[in-house]
Amino acid sequence: MNAPHDPSSVGAVTAQKASFAQPLRLKGGAELPSYEIAYETYGELNAERSNAVLVCHALNASHHVAGYYADQPANVGWWDNLVGPGKPLDTRRFFVVGSNYIGSCFGSTGPASIHPATGKPWGADFPVVTVEDWVEAQARLADHLGIERFAAVIGGSLGAMQALQWTLSYPDRVRHSIVIAAAARLTPQNIAFNEVARQAIMTDPDFHGGHYYEKRVVPTRGLRIARMIGHITYLSGEAMAEKFGRLLRRGAPGFDFDIDFEIESYLRYQGDKFSTYFDANTYLRITKALDYFDPAADFAGSLPASLARAKAAFMVVSFKSDWRFPPARSRDIVRALLDNRRIVSYLEIDAPGGHDAFLLDDARYHNALRAYFANIDL
Amino acid sequence: MRADQAAIAHWVARDARVLDLGCGDGSLLRYLWQERHSPGYGVEIDDAKVLDCVENDVNVLQVDLESGLSLFADQSFDSVILSETLQTIHRTEFLMREMLRVGREAVVSFPNFGHWGARLQVLLGHMPVSETLPYPWYETPNVHHCTIADFEDLCRRLGVRIRERLVLNDGKPVTWLPNLLGSIALYRCTAG
Repeated sequence: MNAPHDPSSVGAVTAQKASFAQPLRLKGGAELPSYEIAYETYGELNAERSNAVLVCHALNASHHVAGYYADQPANVGWWDNLVGPGKPLDTRRFFVVGSNYIGSCFGSTGPASIHPATGKPWGADFPVVTVEDWVEAQARLADHLGIERFAAVIGGSLGAMQALQWTLSYPDRVRHSIVIAAAARLTPQNIAFNEVARQAIMTDPDFHGGHYYEKRVVPTRGLRIARMIGHITYLSGEAMAEKFGRLLRRGAPGFDFDIDFEIESYLRYQGDKFSTYFDANTYLRITKALDYFDPAADFAGSLPASLARAKAAFMVVSFKSDWRFPPARSRDIVRALLDNRRIVSYLEIDAPGGHDAFLLDDARYHNALRAYFANIDL
Repeated sequence: MRADQAAIAHWVARDARVLDLGCGDGSLLRYLWQERHSPGYGVEIDDAKVLDCVENDVNVLQVDLESGLSLFADQSFDSVILSETLQTIHRTEFLMREMLRVGREAVVSFPNFGHWGARLQVLLGHMPVSETLPYPWYETPNVHHCTIADFEDLCRRLGVRIRERLVLNDGKPVTWLPNLLGSIALYRCTAG
């Protein structure tokens, strides 16, 4: 944990909001009449405006990428091990932007925000948003910040989908795309996990078809189960065995349905924690954004054809123990980039952490990112 | 750069698209890009060498050669280089075929096990250790040693046509009794 005096921390940070009055037309056909995007920045934009790096977050994170809040010193950004002075993404050299996506429950306009026409929360009426929509909104945030072209866009998991989509939506506005623990489309198995999570939420009696805000309840049970399923898939079996084994909480089997195994305790704890801070309507929409992402869909299923318009240089990273977005999915992306003769490097890291390995500070992984960023000309 | 790599660089045409298998720290690729404007990719499995490549600003792909070159489309490269890596490969025939599937031309170099120094050491009852074969038998990454004659037999068997051969000893070309006097052999091959 970073104490305030830690020289490798960006220190105390403040979340900001940008308001956009121009409507945002969404891929699904709906339109957001106006919206806000929450974001944080670290480091300084240089005079040439050539050193901006956009960090895209995954499912349950936010724009709080690095540093801490002055009034909450324990609330450290989710990628603080990567971003800071002297860290792989060095804020002495780069101007780093963490952007929260539309539909989030952490500050950007989302289902819990007030619908301008009704004066009530959007709730179930908040549209389904896509990765393409997020990139569109981020592009407007970039305009707002005076960034014509990002030196790099980086993300892991769902964030990696955004980093990839940036090179397709705005090929001229991103020089490097760093795509970590990614997939260019979900497998049916992956969609299945998401559907179980959604069903857990939607069948919770407190869900009320998504209009639970006005009932002043939260579909806690659904959220808990959704998070438990997620957690199982983010860890590798190996990492889980290493961390929990078959350890018994009470030393012996209870022959009842209280917590026996440590892994049960862990899942319940994670589920409980998650259900206190995450919004169910947001969870539904994010999992849909994951399911729908498929740049090849408009190109008769050909990923190489869909990536032909990308101009960025790519760094693709996968983790061998990641079975949610396994290396084979990253290799699909690499193969499609090679077919298009794009500049690409690919790292396949033999780390045990599963899908969540992208958040850990494995030396091979971080050293490679450090070297990659150091070679980006400003 | 090693002597065989310098020789290989001469064989690669300007602007050629290059794939370097077992590219190490990427110095050959870096040289080819800087001096000959030949864009390329390296394949390397070792974590430390992959990092060297990233530091050298070379495109590197961390995949296992033993599983083939499935990342690469048919005939997508002008030259596919395998320098001093052949002897570490388990599936030699498979990789040779893969190289000529993805490349117009394969460039292969390997330490010649037929060199008189190696023959002498075997004659005296030991596995050879030399500048080009630096590992003791118990910790060598090499699994398939061959001589110049053996490699040429394999090429014949696979229908691979040898376009050019260069045999070196101490970095200098050897033309007389190459299988006895050469320590490193280099070949430029095509699919027939």
